[in-house]
Amino acid sequence: MLPVLTISKLSKTYGTGFQALKSVDLTINRGEVFALLGPNGAGKTTLIGIVCGIVRATSGTVTVDGHDNVRDYRRARAKIGLVPQELTVDGFITVWDAVSFSRGLFGKKPDPAYLERMLRSLTLWDRKDSKIITLSGGMKRRVLIAKALAHEPEILFLDEPTAGVDVELRREMWTVMEQLKQSGVTIILTTHYIDEAEEMADRVGVINKGEIVLVESKVALMTNLGRKELTLQLGQPLAAIPAALGAHRLQLSDSHTQLIYTYDSENGPAGITALFDDLAAAGIRFSDLSTSERSLEEIFVSVVHDGDTARKRQTA
Amino acid sequence: MNLRAIWAIYRFEMARTFRTLLQSIVSPVLSTALYFVVFGAAIGSRISEVEGVSYGAFIVPGLVMMSLLTQSLSNASIGIYFPRFIGTIYEILSAPVSPLEIVIGYVGAATTKAVVIGLIILATAFLFVPIHIQHPFWMASFLVLTAISFSLFGFIIGIWADGFERLQIVPLLVVTPLAFLGGTFYSIRMLPEVWQTITLFNPVVYLISGFRWSFFGTSDVSVGISLGATLAVLALCLTVIYRIFQTGYRLKT
Repeated sequence: MLPVLTISKLSKTYGTGFQALKSVDLTINRGEVFALLGPNGAGKTTLIGIVCGIVRATSGTVTVDGHDNVRDYRRARAKIGLVPQELTVDGFITVWDAVSFSRGLFGKKPDPAYLERMLRSLTLWDRKDSKIITLSGGMKRRVLIAKALAHEPEILFLDEPTAGVDVELRREMWTVMEQLKQSGVTIILTTHYIDEAEEMADRVGVINKGEIVLVESKVALMTNLGRKELTLQLGQPLAAIPAALGAHRLQLSDSHTQLIYTYDSENGPAGITALFDDLAAAGIRFSDLSTSERSLEEIFVSVVHDGDTARKRQTA
Repeated sequence: MNLRAIWAIYRFEMARTFRTLLQSIVSPVLSTALYFVVFGAAIGSRISEVEGVSYGAFIVPGLVMMSLLTQSLSNASIGIYFPRFIGTIYEILSAPVSPLEIVIGYVGAATTKAVVIGLIILATAFLFVPIHIQHPFWMASFLVLTAISFSLFGFIIGIWADGFERLQIVPLLVVTPLAFLGGTFYSIRMLPEVWQTITLFNPVVYLISGFRWSFFGTSDVSVGISLGATLAVLALCLTVIYRIFQTGYRLKT
């Protein structure tokens, strides 16, 4: 896929001396949903701020569809829509006035038909003449998305779009994002909610302490770093794991009624078949079984944790 | 140039005025009308003439100028401070808009509002006193130039302010006293000589004097100096704003 956004050696040191970004390199492909994960203070919002022109980079470059975002900022910014983390919107104007203002600000000529289609897709059309202050939190967030889309951007930044919203609204947001993706918009999403990235993203990047520590397609990430667990509910409690099953590195639960087998995608099928054969040979019967998968959240925690540990080792 | 962006900002700001019509237009007109009643009719009736002009008519240019200064400042400062305060400034900063276009949008709207209020006050004055404007072109020029200069000044205050208190400090504690002491209600020639000299350090003196000259053909200081002072304020404010956008002061980190 062709890159639509290229970030090269981007660094940012604030006036306080805090280094928010350390020579970040990142490429976003056209039409993908990219989830940028990272703990608080990792540099996610600073990175977005620099790309959108709100924060000044200390060094490095950002190229948006071939346009440098400093030298050719008009063309670069025209391609980007930003949905900020906070519900920052003027409550005293109507939804229609808000989106019309945003479109004009980006130099686009009025297009009521486009704005109507967009507001309908975000289920805001019925409230177009309502003052924003009268809308619910979920609707206000959709107004922010509408404002970001008013100028028909090719790239949409969603900075923590579902922070602090209820489960139902999060699902609603995911539907909106899916529709946007279908319409060809490239989405860069920062989130604390790993399940959001798991649900939405094509690729995942992890940023920690101003450094990109991992960029991988979600599927590859889950395959390479994901582990599965098979839990066997035993017919009879087992005092200890027989020596004949030692090769499988099984765990016996505290209640002695479950055997837990951990495997990855590579040794999965063969390993499970061998395990079942050995269990049958040892005369161990089971009454039920279940499998569980290592979540992206666990992968994220281990990536960040491993990075921190490695950094501490280097410092020591 | 992104003309649509300038128009969007301008329209947005003008719409805010109409949303708060009572506060934006009715309030300054009412307070100025009260000045006419108190200073023009009540106290002014005991003062015969100032430099050959009836006192009621004499204070008209000063009152218009005083409203123009305070309105330009407050409209422009709140215009840019409000989006900073509620956080919507992100949209302005991330749009394909140059600093000059942002300034034209905000300052243009503030200037328009201030000039409209100034003209309304002038029209109100006609109800109280007979006035003849000797140099209408220069009257309009001083009106517009002063409104632009002080709207630029207000824009600077709106960026400098980090709270509503700071937003009010300059208009209330600096500009209003300078306007009162700058010859709104008297000719500086009526002051003792020492105070006349001290008053010349007040930039508002030059604005009111030039504006008054356009009405009556008489002034405290030369009209050329008044025009020069107005343009100097304009140039100074433009320089400061240029530096603000160059450094990103209080706008970009």
